Amino acid sequence: MPAFAADDALTFRINQARAELAEPVTREEVQAVLEEVLGTLEGDITALDLKLYRELEGLARYIQTAKEEIAALQPQEISQTHLVTATDELDAVVGATEEATGEILDAVERIQTLSEGISDDDLQGKLVDQTIRVFEACNFQDITGQRISKVVKALKHIEHKVNSLVAVLGEEVARTKAQDAEAQRGPLPSDEDLLNGPQLPSDAISQDEIDRLLAEFD
Amino acid sequence: MAMDRAMPILIVDDYKTMLRIIRNLLKQLGFENVDEATDGSMALTRLREKNYGLVISDWNMEPMTGIELLREVRADAKLKGTPFIMITAESKTENVIAAKKAGVNNYIVKPFNAATLESKLAAVFGSV
Repeated sequence: MPAFAADDALTFRINQARAELAEPVTREEVQAVLEEVLGTLEGDITALDLKLYRELEGLARYIQTAKEEIAALQPQEISQTHLVTATDELDAVVGATEEATGEILDAVERIQTLSEGISDDDLQGKLVDQTIRVFEACNFQDITGQRISKVVKALKHIEHKVNSLVAVLGEEVARTKAQDAEAQRGPLPSDEDLLNGPQLPSDAISQDEIDRLLAEFD
Repeated sequence: MAMDRAMPILIVDDYKTMLRIIRNLLKQLGFENVDEATDGSMALTRLREKNYGLVISDWNMEPMTGIELLREVRADAKLKGTPFIMITAESKTENVIAAKKAGVNNYIVKPFNAATLESKLAAVFGSV
């Protein structure tokens, strides 16, 4: 075949291909192709089924991502460490204020008794007025105790909900926890690790124990 | 209703601190015959053992609350005439209405002071 004839044929085919590419595929053509493909599928799978499966698959992917994101928030740590610590600390606040209020009342009752022995009526009256003020002020212990109890109740409710979430997420949380524990393993506690504020009475060491500990360094 | 400073008064609260405060404020007002209970059921037992001239009770207690104690008192033929003052942190309108419907004689909201206690006693008994 002469070279120019081959070129003409090639040019014709290229132009034909360009024309086909330029022409958009119609909806009817797409539908026909889909029907043809669906027709080759076995069983009772319909287009609706396939759409449903696609939606379900997307939903499953979304749930999995959400589970991983929630697990990364470490809900187990929230329920087992932060919330428990918060409720214990609040219980300790109630206990400490109750004890301190008791001490104040002991002292005021003693002043009240002593004032009964004062012969100066004017001074005795003034002392009584002041003891009444202290008694009135000590009302705070009951009110703050009740308010803190409400907060503790709310925290326990949140703890219950978080525990339910942890139970649902089980596997993801365990995996995240293991990775986190590995990452946190270090030789010494950081300065930040050492900032914990006042300890609960059950966790604190006594002054005697501190003295003994320090003596071991001598 | 006449006021007798020697009358036995029963104070009911689950906070021992609050019992001490009420007892001391009553003492300053001249009432020294004061007994204590830490919940409604204990108070009811005390009320059936001894004649009290006044009950001053908290609301929020377990197992028997102050409002339950009040209803028990008002339902008891022997106790129903006992003056009853509620001292509580429950300060919603519906609480006050419920207490009034149950037969409370007066209602004091915590925190309170000696002057309030004195004025409520006066309202129940006449001049203190």
